[in-house]
Amino acid sequence: MNTNATNSESKKTQLGRPARLSLADWMPKIVLAPTMLIAIVCIYGYMIWTAVLSFTGSRMLPSYKFVGWDQYERLFNNDRWMVALTNLGIFGSLFILICLFLGIMLAIFLDQKIRAEGALRTIYLYPMAISFIVTGTAWKWLLNPTNGIQKLMIDMGFENFKFDWLTDPHRVVYCLVIAAVWQASGFVMALFLAGLRGVDGDLIKAAHLDGASTFTTYRRIILPSLKPVFFSALVILSHIAIKSFDLVQALTNGGPGYSSDLPANFMYTYTFTRSQIGMGSASAMVMLGCILAILVPYLYSELRGGRNEK
Amino acid sequence: MKNNAIARKTSGVEKVLRLALYAVLLIMAFFYLMPLVIMLITSLKDAEEVRNGTLLSLPSYLHFDSWTKAWSGACTGSTCTGISPYFINSFKIVIPAVAISTLLGAINGYVISLWKFRGSDLFFAALLLGCFIPFQVVLLPMAQTLGWLGIASSTTGLVFVHVVYGVAFTTLFFRNFYQSIPGELVKAARLDGAGFFTIFYRIILPVSTPIIVVTVIWQFTQIWNDFLFGVAFSGFDSQPVTVALNNLVNTSFGGKEYNVDMAAAIIAALPTIIVYVFAGKYFVRGLTAGAVKG
Repeated sequence: MNTNATNSESKKTQLGRPARLSLADWMPKIVLAPTMLIAIVCIYGYMIWTAVLSFTGSRMLPSYKFVGWDQYERLFNNDRWMVALTNLGIFGSLFILICLFLGIMLAIFLDQKIRAEGALRTIYLYPMAISFIVTGTAWKWLLNPTNGIQKLMIDMGFENFKFDWLTDPHRVVYCLVIAAVWQASGFVMALFLAGLRGVDGDLIKAAHLDGASTFTTYRRIILPSLKPVFFSALVILSHIAIKSFDLVQALTNGGPGYSSDLPANFMYTYTFTRSQIGMGSASAMVMLGCILAILVPYLYSELRGGRNEK
Repeated sequence: MKNNAIARKTSGVEKVLRLALYAVLLIMAFFYLMPLVIMLITSLKDAEEVRNGTLLSLPSYLHFDSWTKAWSGACTGSTCTGISPYFINSFKIVIPAVAISTLLGAINGYVISLWKFRGSDLFFAALLLGCFIPFQVVLLPMAQTLGWLGIASSTTGLVFVHVVYGVAFTTLFFRNFYQSIPGELVKAARLDGAGFFTIFYRIILPVSTPIIVVTVIWQFTQIWNDFLFGVAFSGFDSQPVTVALNNLVNTSFGGKEYNVDMAAAIIAALPTIIVYVFAGKYFVRGLTAGAVKG
């Protein structure tokens, strides 16, 4: 078995030094073993474990009495879950759209031979180095109606200025969008700026010689060539959106009531504080489904694209 | 003449456009900087000024009381030790977790790109998925496992968790980096009788400095900023600083003290901000490396 698996280089070694072969041959596998174990147990094993739990009636402790799809049925009849899902829809789409818009705009603007580009880039990207908990704490202070931006504007003379989204159950989700965009849009900028710098300079020169304006060059030539960057950004942003948990905890704690819960917060609350392990697991599986729905087509097209290039 | 006039006109338009461009860029810079500036201003005010002033009103003089309180006196939940013990906890978690996951990632990447065996590519693909699963699907089983291992609610447990779920990323980084090393190098070394570890130690590691820096910075930022694992798996005295900060901010003991909250938030963010300021280039490289092959 083992010899079959070795490649031609090690066969050469075999001819020269047969005694050394077996250990040298096994070494890579031995070295990789701990990580393999981790992947099999802690990623795939746990995933299956959670999937199993989602089909049981587990409450405070895991039990293995199977109840079929009951937990999923309860989940989708649960008002709080539906609020969390709706919030994810609103939060996710606005967050992604605004981040993409701002990120692409900033990247193109910075690409115009700007003075102090380095400093500006540093400023746009630094929120990405901060934890969502700190971001949430900062924006909680900025957005609170009694002392925050609302008061600032009123004191500046705009007496009827109203900005109390943080305490408005119907608007609080937009507060999450503002804080998350603040944190992540610089990242999109960095991705696109790297992409723009990689575009073939001759292509741009040729377009200019043909009399294309800067705007047309970007719209017709440069941006279309950045399609892969666009899709990476899209996938990463949706990934951030679906996994969002910390920001809600710090900024709104799910409130007012549970009007700003996201699925991750629902999962945490039901599993760890409400002793509804079965339903918590079901919600985790739905989250996994969302991520896979985005990731699998993306990875598939990436892999296929790679093969075509070869 | 006519040509000249057109040229002058376009340059005029261009000037206006360029001004607008700078204006937009500066306004955006203001948007990104404002929260940090306001945090800083607020943390330097006393309670009176916080209540009566606005976000942008400056403190009458610099009060560092809220910083002292945030560090060593503020109440998080039921204890009033400030966030300093938790700040130290974070280091106790981050340092071993970063070291172990980076080392594992380096050696995994070395195997996967230079010692390929049947199934190693498949394994890498399978591991890659580990970068992307929502950690909610592993929370409960991991909580049980930590209990069985006897490391629940300890910093050791958190180190373990961060290594387990960090190694997929570190392997990805090193694998992508080592892909560019020619296989002939390893082949030649093997013919000269160098073994698996000798090649790694003498040939591969010396050229790995850039990717080690990128990985260490990436892992440091990720683990320092983690909240989910911290809140799910830490005990009372093993909380990382993010969890303590959240508790501090949400403790309604004796009225809100926004200046203390802000000081605590800045302290909690300081290590990663410092890393970013001094090694931003590598941080960005980590971000985009994760993205490009994501």
